Amino acid sequence: MTDLLKLSGVHTHIGRYHILQGIDLTVPQGQVTMLLGRNGAGKTTTLRTIMGLWQASSGEISLAGDRIESRATPDIARLGVGYVPESMAVFSDLTVKENLVLAARDAPMDDKQLEWIFGFFPALRRFWLSRAGSLSGGQKQMLSIARAIIEPRKLLLIDEPTKGLAPAIVMALIECLKEIKRKGATILLVEQNFFAARELGDNVLVMDNGTIVHRGEMAALAADVPLQERLLGLSLEAHQ
Amino acid sequence: MTDLAATDPLPKPKRDLAPILLPVALALVTIPLIGSPSTWLTLTAASLAMGMMIFIMASGLTLVFGLMDVLNFGHGAFIAVGAYVATLVLAPFATSIQADSLWINLAVLAPAALLSMAVSGALGLVVERVLILPVYGQHLKQILMTTGGLIVAEQTLYALWGPQIIPMPLPASLRGSFILGDVAIAKYRVLATLIGLAVFIAIQLVLNRTKLGLLIRAGVENREMVEALGYRIRRLFLGVFMTGSALAGLGGVMWALYREQVHASMSDELTVLIFVVVIIGGLGSIGGCFIGAILVAMVANYGGFLVPKLALVSNILLMVAILMWRPRGLYAVTSR
Repeated sequence: MTDLLKLSGVHTHIGRYHILQGIDLTVPQGQVTMLLGRNGAGKTTTLRTIMGLWQASSGEISLAGDRIESRATPDIARLGVGYVPESMAVFSDLTVKENLVLAARDAPMDDKQLEWIFGFFPALRRFWLSRAGSLSGGQKQMLSIARAIIEPRKLLLIDEPTKGLAPAIVMALIECLKEIKRKGATILLVEQNFFAARELGDNVLVMDNGTIVHRGEMAALAADVPLQERLLGLSLEAHQ
Repeated sequence: MTDLAATDPLPKPKRDLAPILLPVALALVTIPLIGSPSTWLTLTAASLAMGMMIFIMASGLTLVFGLMDVLNFGHGAFIAVGAYVATLVLAPFATSIQADSLWINLAVLAPAALLSMAVSGALGLVVERVLILPVYGQHLKQILMTTGGLIVAEQTLYALWGPQIIPMPLPASLRGSFILGDVAIAKYRVLATLIGLAVFIAIQLVLNRTKLGLLIRAGVENREMVEALGYRIRRLFLGVFMTGSALAGLGGVMWALYREQVHASMSDELTVLIFVVVIIGGLGSIGGCFIGAILVAMVANYGGFLVPKLALVSNILLMVAILMWRPRGLYAVTSR
């Protein structure tokens, strides 16, 4: 399995704070890699650094062999990286359609892809011309993910997509992400929900204090409660 | 936390009409206070014209504020430069300006206004590259740099044209008033209102009907996410800055014709008004800016007629009242 994304010795400073302290990780092509860790461990910073939203102070980031740590965010996005931030960041003043038109960038939206998205998120079809700001939290999350997959992407960076959502919507999101995975997408997923992590993850990376403290298979971590308690402070079951 | 399932019906979007009704309510309330309907109509027409001119000058600033988070205290320089450029263009055509034909007058005025916009826009390009670019994200430095830029621009105008006031007479066909019964409405005010409305409609069409407009609206709300979708927002910033500068130049020409004079410090009185309008309207909101400009002009005109001594502080009082009602302005677009 080739590695689509590779970080070597990545450090990130935000102001005078040293957040990422030498991250080394790989994300294999076509797999879902979970990024777990306590609050403040540096998970979101890792995604933002890959996306170029925060500049790495040192280290190397490569995407399909191309170095990207010095590239601007729009260039990284155009290399095929989709980003779903924790805040969802839908444009609330724009309609659902307008949000997706922007996400499709230069090309018109692919009707087949749109129908596929509507299959998972029928609410987006119903509220096609409604302002995104008037959607519920779950619908905004659907839109945020739809925006990231409306065009084919090499890599998806998704930050806590199930956070704060009702269980029924979490299930729909998991099904959607599973389907995206089945289609061969490569995903680096930050997630606190154990059920989602276990259902989706092939591999797992655990962070603490800005470094990777564990890497392995998700199934192995899911089965090892003492390891979970050592790495995360409590068992993953408690995160459900 | 969500409180709706994906399949639940969407709550109907609330249409926030209160800010739109505010100028209407203000106009209606002043009818009995002013007494004479003809005076009220004249003051209302004057308010609309003044409001449109302020809107044209402020619209660029609100987008620059909202989209770029740039505090441009030098926006007034574009206003003054626009007015001076118009005097240069119009000077050789004094006879055409004083001709009785509206078309001849407009044939001279329109190129003057367009050239003013072009020069102000080009100056905007220089200012953005030289003064703003090095201090993006640093508000204190932005204030220092742009205020310094305004002083340099003013002093340059003084050096080139001298301290004297330069007359800029209205074209002959725009002098006088339309008389409707007892009501007299100055012709130039009608033209200014029409131009202001045209600019407002054009901006709304661009913002709501084009992909460029979508990007601007999205960028006002969340610049970072626009970049994460693959758009180079810095180029958009530059385009918006230049457009805002060009509109300020157009506003400068219109204001100079309204006052029939140009001087290097003409932007000083306007800068305060423009900032009041931008703050009242809500940073980045063109609709809010439009309503804010009309409100400011109404308070100035009605207030000046009813309580002349209050005119000096009326706009500040209006801003305080609006911000007590809506602390982020009439229409909050950004979270800043």
